[in-house]
Amino acid sequence: MAATVVALALQRNLFGAVVLFSIYSFLMATVLVALDAVDVAMTEAAVGAGVSTVLLLGALYLVGGMEAKPLVRPLLPLVLSIAVGAVLAYGMQGLPGFSDPQAPIHVHVAARYLAEAPRETGVPNVVTAVLASYRGYDTLGETVVVFTAGAGVIALLRRRKRK
Amino acid sequence: MSVVGANYSYWITIVLMVGGMYILIARGNLLKKLLGLAVLQSSVYLLYIAPGKLIGGTAPIIAEGYAVYSNPLPHVLILTAIVVGVATLALGLAIVVRIREAYGSIEEEEILARDRADDDEAR
Repeated sequence: MAATVVALALQRNLFGAVVLFSIYSFLMATVLVALDAVDVAMTEAAVGAGVSTVLLLGALYLVGGMEAKPLVRPLLPLVLSIAVGAVLAYGMQGLPGFSDPQAPIHVHVAARYLAEAPRETGVPNVVTAVLASYRGYDTLGETVVVFTAGAGVIALLRRRKRK
Repeated sequence: MSVVGANYSYWITIVLMVGGMYILIARGNLLKKLLGLAVLQSSVYLLYIAPGKLIGGTAPIIAEGYAVYSNPLPHVLILTAIVVGVATLALGLAIVVRIREAYGSIEEEEILARDRADDDEAR
């Protein structure tokens, strides 16, 4: 996955970059399956690798081709990125280890959801139960965001036709 | 516990995040910038999902015969994040297409050069 990102940074042909991004999304979906996040993996494969690629190819058709060579070597962004990486690596030292059952994430509300969700909502899939039942208003807000984005896209691309 | 072994997922997250950020900042092509933004976003998916995994656990679908489940809450959050991420990507691409029509280019340098030329003309 990391190799795909490096290739993505170096690739100047935009079509190649889009294909690399699609590969990257599928790898991410595979990793998510390995991490037991099957719902998320399905969404990532369908939306990240599928819909995103279609959108990117559509935009590529409209804007076309190749990326120009940068005029200066982008040294400052490189230094900045590595500095951020170093800060993140430092912050990471304070996080609990991988798959530690006593990590804070596992000892708060999650256990309660796992124990009570099937009885309270009647849905055996806890992710669905939380998404649609306990946090239904958040999902409603999410659909509002998607609706707004869709309206924005239509508004932006419609002006074009009038010309 | 070795530093790399115990926190392998965090290291991957950091590499992806830094890579995405580098593409986002360093590349002048607007389409490439959006790809970098998407990579940056998906590194955050990994940051959220990985701590929820329990080795020996299974996906959080309650069934007979399983007692250990991965944490469902990050999954819910990231489902929302993926969908919102695609919505922002679509909006960004629409803006890129509009910029291309207005300026004839999606390279940041050329767009800025044209803006400066327009400003000089107006003066």
